[in-house]
Amino acid sequence: MNIVLMLAPMSVFLALVGLGAFWWTLKSGQYDDPRGDASRILLDDPDDRPL
Amino acid sequence: MALTYDLAGADLSGFLRPREDGAQTLELLVKGIHCAGCLVTIEREAGALPGVSQARMNLTTGKLVVTFAGGGGDPAAVIQALERSGYTATPFDPGQAAADHDREGRRLVMALGVAAFGAGNAMMFSVPLWAGLFGQELGPATRVLMQWLSAIIGAPCAVYAGMPFFESAWRSLRAGRANMDVPISIGVILTLAISFVETLLHGRDAYFDAAVTLLFLLLIGRWLDHQLRVRARSAAADLLALQAPSAVVVGADGRERHMPLSEVAVGDRLVVRPGERIPVDARVLSGASDLDNAMLTGETRPVPVEAGEICRAGALNLSGALRLEALARSEDSAVAAIARLVEAGAQSKSLYVRLADKAAAVYVPVVHSAAALTFVCGWLLGLGPREALLRAVAVLIITCPCALGLAVPAVQIAASSRLFRRGVLVKSGAALERLAEIEHVVFDKTGVLTEGRPQLLDAAPSAVAMAAPLARASAHPLARALAAEAGPGPSASEVLEVAGQGIEGVIDGRRVRLGRAAFVGAPAGSAGETELWFGFEGEAKTRFSFSDRLRPDAAQAVAALRRRGLTVEILSGDLAGPVAEAAATVGVDAWRAGLTPAEKAAALDDLRAQGRKALMVGDGLNDAAALAKAHAAMAPGTALEASQNAADLVFSGDQLSAVVEAVDVARAARARALENFGFAALYNAVAAPAAMLGLINPFVAALAMSGSSLVVTLNALRMHVAGTKT
Repeated sequence: MNIVLMLAPMSVFLALVGLGAFWWTLKSGQYDDPRGDASRILLDDPDDRPL
Repeated sequence: MALTYDLAGADLSGFLRPREDGAQTLELLVKGIHCAGCLVTIEREAGALPGVSQARMNLTTGKLVVTFAGGGGDPAAVIQALERSGYTATPFDPGQAAADHDREGRRLVMALGVAAFGAGNAMMFSVPLWAGLFGQELGPATRVLMQWLSAIIGAPCAVYAGMPFFESAWRSLRAGRANMDVPISIGVILTLAISFVETLLHGRDAYFDAAVTLLFLLLIGRWLDHQLRVRARSAAADLLALQAPSAVVVGADGRERHMPLSEVAVGDRLVVRPGERIPVDARVLSGASDLDNAMLTGETRPVPVEAGEICRAGALNLSGALRLEALARSEDSAVAAIARLVEAGAQSKSLYVRLADKAAAVYVPVVHSAAALTFVCGWLLGLGPREALLRAVAVLIITCPCALGLAVPAVQIAASSRLFRRGVLVKSGAALERLAEIEHVVFDKTGVLTEGRPQLLDAAPSAVAMAAPLARASAHPLARALAAEAGPGPSASEVLEVAGQGIEGVIDGRRVRLGRAAFVGAPAGSAGETELWFGFEGEAKTRFSFSDRLRPDAAQAVAALRRRGLTVEILSGDLAGPVAEAAATVGVDAWRAGLTPAEKAAALDDLRAQGRKALMVGDGLNDAAALAKAHAAMAPGTALEASQNAADLVFSGDQLSAVVEAVDVARAARARALENFGFAALYNAVAAPAAMLGLINPFVAALAMSGSSLVVTLNALRMHVAGTKT
């Protein structure tokens, strides 16, 4: 029984982390340009070249 | 009409927006982007320009934001750089409304996220209850614990996610009406309240998970509806940006600057080149030209203007460059009177009751009396107050209009995405509902039934060939039409264009003139038709007459509308002759010509007074008031800003059959929505009595709710294939 008392809050906490992450993605404008972001990942960014 | 900027020396700094840190940003609408490659090219080209600190392209909205560090940016340089790479860019004024709208969208998405979180987690604690584990492995104490955990997570999430519905319901109640959000709000609040009571009393019926899940499903419908409006609005804004509401203002230092229309002040000196529109009411300082007032009055014959005369905003400058003095601000121009008529029409339209609210008006009283009846009868028949109340609440919960909330938005989003692919832009869901109800169609002539461009009437090919070399040298629309008829060939030499009069040149060593009768030296002809005269010096003169050509499928579209049981009428501001001819060609008996904007609006009022629901299709400023008064309104993409604003739907392309298809899709959407309502009624007819008799447990309720939402959504998706027959 005690395990439920531990697991339940833990699961809720993990879900809250997920919700927080979702809130962050929304705030930082990551849904503003889904088409552009899908294309950008294919581009060779000059900053990413191996040293 | 896309604007081509004459960029040599053009100053577009009026479009720069200052930022708090001293930098400036410029927003551009870029056309012709297809892939990641374009994205890189654009950002590299724009980013490499002097003074540019950042260039960020948004592929979804097609907008490029350029930041100039330290200010003093040159928008023209950016546009030119993009043009060299093969992309057309137009300055874009984002405005406040778009930003507010975006905030609402984010709030809905956040509510959706919270509801998803709440539904998933509250559900976790309900699974043991549904699986019937209590009484076997788990005792009552565990059940109460589970219910409390469910309450702690579910209730705050439900309150947050339900806010959009509660607010809307409250607004509606304060206005003395009941919309669909009222039963939704009552259902959710009662579900939460009864669940708390049950949990406190150690009962079985706690539905925190159901309340949040319900809101999650409803928010999907709400978000779809929101997306529909956002997409339509941004597409409409893009269309307007391409019409470039800007004016060329000459500063005190003689420099020409492009300014947003709203910043033109009374007394400003303006330059309007051939092919551009008069931006505000103005007096001609110098220059002479012909003005095309078709958008203002529907009249296709060009009107000559010269120094000292007044020209009105919206007229198209045809032949010569004009220097003007602004007599009014943009908001106070002749357009403003029409705008007031439009506003009056829009107000009458806002009284329209949407389908879902009509359903709610019937649904709400029925459901609430059923619940009250359950309580009273249950108590009288000896159930006891607690059990009677529980059953009454069960009725309210089970009939909570989840399917009804999804029924209309799901259909409308499917319908408008179908029309969007066809090039028809739907501005709101209510517009589709109104369009489905129409029984009469009113067409404007110029620019709607016709293409709005002059076309050469039957002329001798030899005469056309003779005049063509001179016509090719001119930019006047009539000369262009003549040159187009003749095809490619040589141009005349020593060409001299006399603004507002005509063009003179040399062909085969002989002096020749093309233009007005007086300029060419011919007797003044009939005033009714648009004409050009042509002749060699000292010889007989030839007359070319022009008229506006009908859209190729105009007659076909009118016939198709007739087959759908609609009556068709033409209301035009043009002269009787051309209107009668167009009406005869497309096969319409009912037509009126020479109407002023107010008379057109009055004609639509008469139709309304007779109880006939009319669709108005028009493009000009003279149609704007009529468009706003009509039960439903459509405008072509070439229409003026005011008309596009007044219209419910905007169609692009040359095909008038877009009107027919829009009517078909709107009718199909209405049929699907009614089917959905029918299904929801059937569901309630079965579920409500079951709840009254106490036969519904949480598991059945959850299944029934999700099942009904699924059926409604699938039925909406049928829209994608509806109305494909012509």
